[in-house]
Amino acid sequence: MSAYRTVRTPSRRISLRIHLRAATVVLGLLSVAAVVGLLALGTGSAISPWDAVKTLLGQGDGASEMVVYEVRAPRVLLALLVGAALGVGGAVVQSLSRNPLGSPDIVGVNAGAAAGAVAVILLVDAATALAVATGSLLCGLAASLLVYALSFKRGVQGNRLVLVGIGVTAMLHSFIAYLLTRADLYESQGAKVWLVGSLAGAGWERVWPVAVAVTLLLPMALVLSRSLRAMEMGDDTAAALGLSVERHRLALLVVAVVLSGVAVSAAGPVSFVALAAPQLARRLTRAPGAGVAAGAVTGAVLLATADLVAQRLPTTGQLPVGVLTGGLGGLYLAWLLHREWRAGRS
Amino acid sequence: MRWTVLAVSFVVLAVTAVLSVAVGAQTIPVDEVWRQLWSPDGGETAAVVHDLRVPRTLLGICVGTALGLAGALMQALTRNPLADPGLLGVNSGASLAVVCSILFFDVTDVKIWVVFALVGAALATVTVYVLGTTGRGAANPARLVLAGAAVSAFLIAVIDGVLTLDSGVFEQWRFWDVGALAGRDADVVRQIAPFVAVGAVLALGLGRGLNAVALGEQTGQSLGANLGRIRLVGVVAIMLLCGAATAAAGPIGFIGLMAPHTVRAFAGPDNRWVLAYSAVMAPALLLAADVIGRVVVHPNELESGIVTAFVGAPMFIYLLRRRKITL
Repeated sequence: MSAYRTVRTPSRRISLRIHLRAATVVLGLLSVAAVVGLLALGTGSAISPWDAVKTLLGQGDGASEMVVYEVRAPRVLLALLVGAALGVGGAVVQSLSRNPLGSPDIVGVNAGAAAGAVAVILLVDAATALAVATGSLLCGLAASLLVYALSFKRGVQGNRLVLVGIGVTAMLHSFIAYLLTRADLYESQGAKVWLVGSLAGAGWERVWPVAVAVTLLLPMALVLSRSLRAMEMGDDTAAALGLSVERHRLALLVVAVVLSGVAVSAAGPVSFVALAAPQLARRLTRAPGAGVAAGAVTGAVLLATADLVAQRLPTTGQLPVGVLTGGLGGLYLAWLLHREWRAGRS
Repeated sequence: MRWTVLAVSFVVLAVTAVLSVAVGAQTIPVDEVWRQLWSPDGGETAAVVHDLRVPRTLLGICVGTALGLAGALMQALTRNPLADPGLLGVNSGASLAVVCSILFFDVTDVKIWVVFALVGAALATVTVYVLGTTGRGAANPARLVLAGAAVSAFLIAVIDGVLTLDSGVFEQWRFWDVGALAGRDADVVRQIAPFVAVGAVLALGLGRGLNAVALGEQTGQSLGANLGRIRLVGVVAIMLLCGAATAAAGPIGFIGLMAPHTVRAFAGPDNRWVLAYSAVMAPALLLAADVIGRVVVHPNELESGIVTAFVGAPMFIYLLRRRKITL
C-alpha cells in the first residue's frame, strides 16, 4: 500500500495528496490538544473539574462561568493558537532555509517584535496590552522587511538572508539590553517577563487577532507548502520544475513572518516552539517535506501543555511559559541528539 | 604583503589603545596623559589614568583578542561562517554561573563573578562536548553546534526562570548582560590574562590543522591530520578564550563574528593568517567601540557591547552585500 492517498472533489478541480501516517498523527494530536485544553479549564484552584464540565455544558453558576470563560478559556485558546502559528512559521522557514535550526527569528521578526514591545513597555507611561501588542507587531514586521530589503540583491539568497538577519537581530538585542538597564527595576522586570514569553493574564482581546491571523494564513501556508517540496531540492531544480522561486519564497516568507509576528506580539517570543514543533512533527509523521499541518498541531499541543504545567507548578511567583518551553525544549533536543548519535545516525 | 597587513593591524591597534587611554569622561590633554602614564604624580589625574583607563584598555585588548581568536576558531572548526562564540554554550554557561553567584551567595563583585563565570563556561563547554561526542565517530562540527544549541536553550531557560521570579538577581544581572569594559579594575585583567594567553597559544598553534579541516573530512584525514585531536584542542581553546572574555566583560556580541569575516578579505583562506589578523583586529575593533561609547553620549557612556552591535552589524551587512560570503 502506498503511503499516500489522493482525495479529489467530484469535479476533480481540487485534489489533495494525503500522507496517511501524517493525517493520523494530525488527528491524534488534535485529540491530545482537546484533552490538554479540558485539563487547563477544569483543574487548578477556584472551581472543581466538575464545575468546569457543568459550565461547558451550560449548567454552571456565575462564578464558574467567569472563571472558565473569562480567565481560563482565553488563555487556553491563546496557547493553542500561538503554538500553531509558531509551528507553521518554523516549518516553513526550516524548509526554506534548509536548516533544521531555522525559525522565523532568522529574519528578525522576533527581535523586532521584542524591541517594539519593550520600547512601548518602558517608554510609554501606563502602556495598555493592546499598545504593546501593536507596537511589537509593527516593529516585528518592520524588522523583517528591513532584513529582506537588505538581503535583496538580484533575488534573495537563503544564506544572505540568514546572515543579514543575524546582524539586524544582534542590533535589536543590544538595543533591548540597553533599554533594560535604563528603566526602573519594576518596569524593566515586567519587560523581561514579556521577553521570556508569557500567557498570564490573557483575555479575549489578546485572542482575537491571533485567531483571525491563523484562520486566514494557515490555509494559505498549506496551499503554498506544496511548492516547498520542490524548493527543498534547490533553487535550480525548483525553477526547472516551472516554479517562480523568488515569488514563492517571498509569499511563504510573508506568511511565516506575519504568523510569527502576530504570535509573538500576543505572547512574547516564546522560545523553542517554532524550532522544535516542525522537527517533532517530522519525526512523528515520518513524512518528507515541510509538514505545515503537523507542525501547526504539534506547536499548539506543545505550547498549551507547557502553559498548563507552568501554571500548576508550585513556584513562588507565576513562571512564564517561555521558561518551560525553553527548558524542556533544550532537554528534549539534548536527549534526542544523544539517542540518535548513540544509534550511529548523524 | 601579509606581514605588511599584520604590521598595519598592529599600528591600528596601537592607535586605538592610545585613544582609549586618552579619551574619557574627564578631558585630559594627551601630553598630560602621557606624562602621568610614565611618571605618575599621585594626583587625581594619575589615578584616572592608572586605575581606570589603563586597566580598561588592557581589558579591552585581552577580551578583544580572545573573542577574535575564538570566533575565527569556531568558524574554521565548524566550517560555518555563522559560527559565533555563543554557540558552544559558553556564554550561557558563564551567564548562569553569574546568576547563581548572585542568587545563592549575594555576590556583587565583578572579580568574583569572573571566577564563577569561568567555571560555568567550562562546565557548559564540557557538557556540550560530551554530548556532541556520544556514539561512534569523532565530534563532528555540526554535532557540536546542535549540542551547543540544546544545552544553551536549557541554561537560558533556567536563567530566565530565576530572573523573572527574583527581582534582586535581575537588578544585578541586567548590567552584566549588556557587556561592558567599564568598572573592572586591574585585578580582573590579571585574573583572565593567563586563560587568554593559554587559549591564544593553543589557537594559533592550530592554524595548520584548521587548514586541513577546511579541506573536508576525508581529504584532511588523508593528509595525515588528526581531526579528533584538532577539534578537542580547538574546543578547549574556545572554552578558555570565550569563558575568560565573557567572564570579564559580559556577553559582548559581534566582535567574534565580525573580526574574522573582515580580515578574510586580506588573509585569504589560510587559517593561520585569519587567526593572526583576527587576534590583532578584534581588540582594535573592541577598543574603538569602547571609545565611541564614551564619546557619543558624553558625559554619559554607552556600554561597549551596545556599540559593537550598533557599529558592527551595519558594517557586517555592508560587507555581506559587497562581497560574496560563501557558506
